[in-house]
Amino acid sequence: MQDLTHEILELIRLTSTDLPADVELRLKQALTEEEPGSAASEALETILKNVELSRLNSTPICQDTGTPIFYVHYPEGWSTRQLKSQIRAALAEATKRSFMRPNAVDAIYDKNSGNNLGGEDFPSIHFEEVDKDQPLTIQLILKGGGCENVGAQYSMPYNPLGAGRDLRGVRKVVLDAVYKAQGQGCAPGILGVAIGGDRGSSYIKSKEVLFEKMGTRNPDPNVTSLEERLTREANQLGIGPMGFGGKTTVLETKITGLHRLPASYFVSISYMCWAYRRRKMIVNGNQVSYE
Amino acid sequence: MHTLTTPIQDETIRSLKVGEAVGITGTMITGRDTAHKWMIETFINKTRPPQGDDLQVYEELKKLLKGSIIYHCGPVVSGLETKEYKFVAAGPTTSIREEPYQADVMKHFDAKGVIGKGGMGEKTLKGCQEVPFVYLHAIGGAASFIARTVKRVVGVFKLEFGIPEAMWVIEVEEFPAVVTMDAHGGSQHAVVAQASKMILESLLAID
Repeated sequence: MQDLTHEILELIRLTSTDLPADVELRLKQALTEEEPGSAASEALETILKNVELSRLNSTPICQDTGTPIFYVHYPEGWSTRQLKSQIRAALAEATKRSFMRPNAVDAIYDKNSGNNLGGEDFPSIHFEEVDKDQPLTIQLILKGGGCENVGAQYSMPYNPLGAGRDLRGVRKVVLDAVYKAQGQGCAPGILGVAIGGDRGSSYIKSKEVLFEKMGTRNPDPNVTSLEERLTREANQLGIGPMGFGGKTTVLETKITGLHRLPASYFVSISYMCWAYRRRKMIVNGNQVSYE
Repeated sequence: MHTLTTPIQDETIRSLKVGEAVGITGTMITGRDTAHKWMIETFINKTRPPQGDDLQVYEELKKLLKGSIIYHCGPVVSGLETKEYKFVAAGPTTSIREEPYQADVMKHFDAKGVIGKGGMGEKTLKGCQEVPFVYLHAIGGAASFIARTVKRVVGVFKLEFGIPEAMWVIEVEEFPAVVTMDAHGGSQHAVVAQASKMILESLLAID
């Protein structure tokens, strides 16, 4: 089996230091929507300068290089055990080279491992087998703690808001989550929303939708219209970049559904900060490319 | 833009108002979750006996923090092996987690500013008026940009807390921030929270 450690290291470097073009474009668009000279506008200007500088100097966009979440799609024949060990080696090396901050802290003994490796669960790696003729792909999201902390899960019906078990209820709790987050998740944010599942699968799904590019809508028109409505209404809240007040609070909403138990109806919201660090590595034989 | 040079005098703090942009120059110290909990438990509430170099660090902190600033930041630092430390990425972390501790820490050390992001709550705002001090908002995620204003890492305390949680003593030049909580009870965060709450309620009234 190929040793991809070096290529995975490059994937990590790119993800941490080079914001995807679609996200940067959306941030530039947001800047044109804010009042010139306002705190919101200045915040976005600083954000965009930082994006450029990070790319140029190959330094982390954000010092919180987050939870590294890897999704590996592998055709038959690859060893997931070896891929896992290569990912872990690449992550430790990326930490040594200051592309990543040592972020894995033992929760019982409050000890930072120093190399971003902690037990079996840090980093988070998901494997999925694909058809033989498909390339191997490794996707990575770096999700910081500030935005992770403002994520929320609602068990419906949610009486404080009069939110029932339907899309109208979903709308209410998502708006509530955006309001509660204020600027603390580094607005403008991107919302990953999963409806259904159990508590665990629902939260996982709310992160998986974040692997889709900006502008990718749920193909179901009922869901698409809710996505668009939520983005529009979240922006009416006026929280703005960094919570300074302004027109851009949420850049986009991505919603997906999954089957649930008759008794359970969860709405899980993963808030992704503006530093939406998401990259993909594609391995076709000896060719490796990055998106 | 107003230049703030540490150590800062009380009258300077009282002259600052919400919305004012400042460039900070001088020495400051990073401190976040572990550091605040440690300071409160060991030196302020004294619920935990000092251990290791705690008391020595305390004496140093007393000198360094008087008139200075605590920066809520867990940096990416290079030069760990040679101890020629350099801040590579150093934006603010979310401040609200220090809400139970902040006002007491500022009062105890007579520190004059907190830099962070996302703002803080009522207890801290009350502390801003009493001590006095201000809350300064830096741009969250602008880590490479902000790291450029960190000219020198003077030293580090409590490295055993881990790189992000250690207390880094740094010299900064024209560190950019905005006053979002002042010493007169003004808070941009309270204003935005209140306004957005009213809009939320009107949106929730529609089905």
